[in-house]
Amino acid sequence: MPGYAERVKVFGIYIQGDPIGVVVTTGGIRRVIEFRAVTKRFEDGTIAVDELDLTVEAGTITVFVGPSGCGKTTSLRMVNRMIDPTSGTILVDGKDVLTVDPPTLRRGIGYVIQQAGLFPHRTVLDNIATVPLLSGWDKRKARTRAAELLEIVGLDANFGKRYPAQLSGGQQQRVGVARALAADPPVLLMDEPFSAVDPVVREDLQNELLRLQAELDKTIVFVTHDIDEALKLGERVAVFQTGGHLAQYARPTELLAAPANDFVASFVGRDRGYRTLTFLHADVPVHPVTTAKLGERVTVTDWTLVVDETNRPKGWLSGVDGEVEVAEKDLISGGSLYDGSTLRGALDAALSSPSALGVVVDDVGAVTGVVKADDVIQALAKARAAGEVPK
Amino acid sequence: MTWIFENWERFWEVTEVHLRLSVVPVLIGFVLAIPLGWWASRSQTARAILFPFANILFTIPSIALIVITPVLLGVKILDEINVIVPLAVYTLALMIRSVADALSAVPGNVVAAANAMGFRPLRRFLTVDFPLALPVTIAGLRVATMSNISMVSVGALVGLGGYGQLFTEGYQTDHTEKVLAGLIGTVVLAVLADGLLLLIGRLLTPWARAGR
Amino acid sequence: MGGWLFDPAHWSGTTGIPVRLAEHLGYTLLTLLIAAVIAIPLGAFVGHTGKGGFVIVGLSNALRALPTTAVLILVVLWAGLGDFPVYVALVLLAIPPIMAGTYAGVRAVDPVTVDAARGVGMRESGVLLQVEIPNALPLIYGGFRGAALQVVATATIAAYTGAGGLGRLVFDGLALQEFGQMLAGAVLVALLAVLVDLGFAGLQRLTVSPGLRPVGTGGKR
Repeated sequence: MPGYAERVKVFGIYIQGDPIGVVVTTGGIRRVIEFRAVTKRFEDGTIAVDELDLTVEAGTITVFVGPSGCGKTTSLRMVNRMIDPTSGTILVDGKDVLTVDPPTLRRGIGYVIQQAGLFPHRTVLDNIATVPLLSGWDKRKARTRAAELLEIVGLDANFGKRYPAQLSGGQQQRVGVARALAADPPVLLMDEPFSAVDPVVREDLQNELLRLQAELDKTIVFVTHDIDEALKLGERVAVFQTGGHLAQYARPTELLAAPANDFVASFVGRDRGYRTLTFLHADVPVHPVTTAKLGERVTVTDWTLVVDETNRPKGWLSGVDGEVEVAEKDLISGGSLYDGSTLRGALDAALSSPSALGVVVDDVGAVTGVVKADDVIQALAKARAAGEVPK
Repeated sequence: MTWIFENWERFWEVTEVHLRLSVVPVLIGFVLAIPLGWWASRSQTARAILFPFANILFTIPSIALIVITPVLLGVKILDEINVIVPLAVYTLALMIRSVADALSAVPGNVVAAANAMGFRPLRRFLTVDFPLALPVTIAGLRVATMSNISMVSVGALVGLGGYGQLFTEGYQTDHTEKVLAGLIGTVVLAVLADGLLLLIGRLLTPWARAGR
Repeated sequence: MGGWLFDPAHWSGTTGIPVRLAEHLGYTLLTLLIAAVIAIPLGAFVGHTGKGGFVIVGLSNALRALPTTAVLILVVLWAGLGDFPVYVALVLLAIPPIMAGTYAGVRAVDPVTVDAARGVGMRESGVLLQVEIPNALPLIYGGFRGAALQVVATATIAAYTGAGGLGRLVFDGLALQEFGQMLAGAVLVALLAVLVDLGFAGLQRLTVSPGLRPVGTGGKR
């Protein structure tokens, strides 16, 4: 199959001669999902989704977030007709999904669910090849494609022969993503895919998804009850309220800066000011710092940062009298490192450092200087004045 | 059905025998299965010995066990003990596994909590483990009772009592009604016994239905 | 006591042990085949749709309560002697465990797995045949092997109405007061039951996906 670059077309959008944006597409298969006055009432009378109007932009990750029973999962499952709406219309790429026979519709839409839902009786490779085989690919081509995907989701080739029970939760979920991507569907539905794995693995999977999306440019609808996950992954976030109402549909920064009502405000959290820092680019001055290497003899007057051979931070040395030899046992371990991206990273680094100086590192992890908490607060004040932070 | 009403006394007589021949072995087998099942729930060795042994007992056809028992025990072929012993053996074979599974399924944290509160082993078994194991145990008891009630009839093939006598007599005299009467009796007895055990189970384990 | 069993004279001729073994095995295998053809689709369908579960459970229990001897005699009285009554009685005996095992097996498949099967675009037939049944196989085999043991043991009573099988040794021995022959019959039935179970255990190993074995035996982690 052609590489990504060959499939991409770039269109400029101009208004009166001024470029206002570009649309990137993979071979003209960008999809928009539209919910038009969609209502779902279950047999017992509960209203899961109430008059939902919403447009999922093509090529974005759109997150549906809300407490349980808010209709986010029902909304997602109506897109591939796992559930049919009571009234209203859902269009994928302008086509009413109710006019397509469900199995055919589903083969064209990737589907990832909580706990992966892998077929326990099939090997990893056969699990991934499911949709291509259902769509009538020949066996060898499907297997080759499956092996390719295994690599794309970051699993070693020897995982292919294993069975799901022999995989960890995180690995199973990678296979789940691979299975959804196997037939290269333009739309991906993800229903709480990372909820069942531990926090460390979850963060890995989230980063992996962002990396994949940067490459694949799919239209992804992602359901979660975790607001942090929503704010991290979503280009657009739809906050659902109990009873199936859409409370707000906006970019994460807007959601934090201007919650539409009390429900959204409390759902995004009282600490939303702090969360906003995640989305602000830091304009914080980096100060030089005194460094020393292990084993060196130095005179330490103030906080000194100890680094290894490649200039990576090892820990801090507090002020001592006279000349000492820098030894591992004397080190005070440091806080988080700041990679120069967001204001939140800068604040975290400064606040968690024993010296109150946040260590700044470059992309290979080498020390470039330090930031001070005072500077971060000042940058924050500037952003607040500019209206980028909720008051 | 008319046969039953016309020959009520005879029918009642075989019913009594059938009931005795199926209930007594269940009781014997069950009582013996409790200590053995408990042993199997605690020891790998016990399981390795008892389970295969129980499986093999199951494969011996009941008619064969019934005709072999008098020779092994040195009693007459028409002694009721020849049905009671084999059926008790089947019940035992089935219930060892039921009791063992039921006791193994008692949640470990409950047992740990009971130990932590200072229960001594016997008291813990009687007041914690065994009551919690009752639902699974009673399920096993229902299966054993049903199959016993059905198997007692086999004894008639060698001349013993119970509904089976109606089968063999009906067969020899080409009397379909008589066979049907025995069949109806067996099924009704099985359904009643099953219902009774179900009821006992519910009364003994009120917590099992709470919170549903 | 073992003399009867090892007397070469009893190992040949049209009423010899090999013929009785073959007859017994024949009853068993054909019974299981017929019962499986009836019980597996029924159990699977009800398990798949989730509707009518009480019918399956009720039917299984009612059939379990039927005394096989009575069924055998009734069918003989109605239809005459021969193998037909034997098959009716044994099939009715074998259906409940196979049907219950299949139903329980299909119901026990993780709903998440079934949801995923529909979600990737399988049709209902695909969900049942490619996902639910393969995953239900361990429990289906459980019911089937239980039925096999019961059928091997119970096929013995076929001889009461003059049919063949190892039951002949038991009933003929009883009539002739030949304990050795009765014992030989009992031992051979038990032996056959063990062999039949081993055979199906082997078949189970060949046909059930290694992915469904308890974790730790399917390969290294």
